Amino acid sequence: MAEISAGHTTHTTRVAWWRDERKRAIIWQLVVIALLLLGIAFIINNMIINLRTLGVPLGFDFLDSTAGFAVSFSLIPVDLNSDIGRLILTGMLNTLLAAAIGIVFSTILGFLIGVMRLSHNYLVSRIATVYVETLRNVPLLVQLLFWYVAISKLFPNVRQAINIGDLFFLSNRGIYSPRPVAGEDFGIVLIALLIGIACAVGITRWARRRQMATGQQFHSFWVGLGVIILLPLLVGLALGSPITWEMPELKGFNFQGGLVLQPELAALTLGLSTYTASFIAEIVRGGIMAISHGQTEASLALGLKQSWTLRLVIVPQALRVIIPPLTSQYLNVAKNSTLAGIIGYPDLYSIIGTAQNQTGRAVENVAILMVFFLSLSLIISLFMNWYNRRIALVER
Amino acid sequence: MTEETLTAPPTEQHKPDLPPPISVAGPIAWLRENLFASPSDIVLTALCVALIYFTIPPLIDWLFISATWTYPTEVILGERAPAFSDCAEGGACWIFVRTRIGQMIFGFYPEPERWRVILSFVIGAIGIYGLLGGPERFRKYAAYLFFLVFPILSFWLLRGDGVVLSSVTTDQWGGFMLTLVIALVGIVLSLPIGIVLALGRRSKLPIIHLLCVIFIEFVRGVPLITVIFMANLMVPLFLPPDMDVNVLLRVLIGTTAFVSAYMAEVVRGGLQAIPKGQFEGAMALGLGYWQMMRLIVLPQALRISIPAIVNTFIGFFKDTTLVAMVGLYDFLNMVRAGFKDANWVGVELTGYAFCAIVYWVCCFSMSRYSMYLERKLHTGHKKR
Repeated sequence: MAEISAGHTTHTTRVAWWRDERKRAIIWQLVVIALLLLGIAFIINNMIINLRTLGVPLGFDFLDSTAGFAVSFSLIPVDLNSDIGRLILTGMLNTLLAAAIGIVFSTILGFLIGVMRLSHNYLVSRIATVYVETLRNVPLLVQLLFWYVAISKLFPNVRQAINIGDLFFLSNRGIYSPRPVAGEDFGIVLIALLIGIACAVGITRWARRRQMATGQQFHSFWVGLGVIILLPLLVGLALGSPITWEMPELKGFNFQGGLVLQPELAALTLGLSTYTASFIAEIVRGGIMAISHGQTEASLALGLKQSWTLRLVIVPQALRVIIPPLTSQYLNVAKNSTLAGIIGYPDLYSIIGTAQNQTGRAVENVAILMVFFLSLSLIISLFMNWYNRRIALVER
Repeated sequence: MTEETLTAPPTEQHKPDLPPPISVAGPIAWLRENLFASPSDIVLTALCVALIYFTIPPLIDWLFISATWTYPTEVILGERAPAFSDCAEGGACWIFVRTRIGQMIFGFYPEPERWRVILSFVIGAIGIYGLLGGPERFRKYAAYLFFLVFPILSFWLLRGDGVVLSSVTTDQWGGFMLTLVIALVGIVLSLPIGIVLALGRRSKLPIIHLLCVIFIEFVRGVPLITVIFMANLMVPLFLPPDMDVNVLLRVLIGTTAFVSAYMAEVVRGGLQAIPKGQFEGAMALGLGYWQMMRLIVLPQALRISIPAIVNTFIGFFKDTTLVAMVGLYDFLNMVRAGFKDANWVGVELTGYAFCAIVYWVCCFSMSRYSMYLERKLHTGHKKR
């Protein structure tokens, strides 16, 4: 007994300090921090010297100065006298718009193509395969440039614009359509719409509770949709016509009035959504294939219809596999929208680039760009993680 | 049921087997099963046929039949330069590609020196083949060749030293060659950096873990173009005033930082797939951290992540087109530069179609290769 304890003490007495794992860990980390601080000090020192020689001050005061450059597309009113801050805000909104459009269309198209690839119909699945393999292997930049040129070449010029029933005009200046103009009583219609949505939500809740209690089903989707559409429509008709339509008209060299989808935005929408759809299609296909065939068989054996099997059994399970990779695709859409600058769409990156050229404020402009994209990525990730938790498997 | 009713009576002469009914086997059955299984299937098939009819023939016509492949006689006789007006309308203008193919591949690299470009990429190709597809016993040497010898040798070949090989400055680099330089520098540097970052992210040392997470997540959270933009603007500011960094080097710093972050995540995925027993076994043998990683864990982890590494490379190869936005003449931008020539105004569609075809061939073959590797590497591991 004595021997063992003696041996034990001799074993733990002294380990050379450089062999002690805990001490080594601390020393390593201190070395890393020291090197990092030295590097940062070096960089900041150089930056101060360089900025002084260039005569560029630091600070965000330049955002208030007049920009003096125009943008071709904006969601908020801007002109040549707007300050740089407002133009950068325009760029942010344009980027958000491009990202939102890209996400919506690529999701729809991607789910469609993904399901098509699994079709039993030989032609349908082959066309989907060709689509995926073609589009995801060509750089997005090439596709955007291609669509932009294709739209401006294949669409006729303004004078020979393709006229669809005097309502829509397709030309190389963009797609023009009538623009709804809200009349005086439009607010009442909006209120009716809100009431309709509230009614639909109420009906859905009531139907679900009744089904839980009695097992009786109710067509809550169609009834809800009907209420949402019919209520504002009836109110609108009763009030006369609260919406007037502003028609696009050919005046001089271009159309005036109406709602316009500019060729830049059209090319961006086409390119970004078709490209991302090819990736989403693969994710969807993988997600559906991950659900074992036994689930379908069991569901059909229980007597569920084919469509119910898909909606109630397959899709909810497949979504759990689909959502995480889909999140990174949505992040990619937001990031890829920066490429729009090359076809002349004034997104944040191209406006920041112009602002940087004019003011020479590299540090501040890069900081705005980085902070914007990091927060956008963070928001999309947070939202998708929340959604993922909501649909995640609840295990007992 | 007795035995006799099942077998044919021996007295009767044996008849040849009837062919299977056409509703079960053969082309008609195939059509019925795959194209006309139900009324909605028939509608879908009809829609698909219509889609193919309205897209494929015009495309083939534009690409091949109505396309202009040969120079007009005046150009062949050397009387004038070829121009867009030589091309037939409604077809691709391939003589544009024929005229400028040298520049599209080599950029402004001097013509008598172009063999250096070809030689250095042949060495690189041998290295890649040895790493991925060659025999196992040469793999170690291939790794040394690709990650040590090839970068130094090809830099010397491409840049020249002014003594043995004439000097070619980087602003003369361009075209497909520049695309390959950016892509290969990205892969050669990002793999070691990515491994270090991945190990750092899985490290138990809190500060090192935190630094790696910050770097990886920061870079992955912003678009590549902003990383290039930042490198282009900030690198000169960060360095002492007398140090001059050319645009290509700045872009390479940005792109390498970008791919490294993605590579780190790929390697981390591989590391996570290694069972804990491997770590414990290595530690039980008395191996230290670096020995354990170098001899036991990383060889297995990298082996699993090869397909993902190839996929990251494909993505990065497509992303090299973004350097055009800071004014470098990579393949895409070189083709675009051709449009500014007064002779070739209006040739954009052909140019972009050619770009798309070239990138597609590269990326598609790489993705097929990665799928093949995935199958090859999964021997015995996947079956459990």
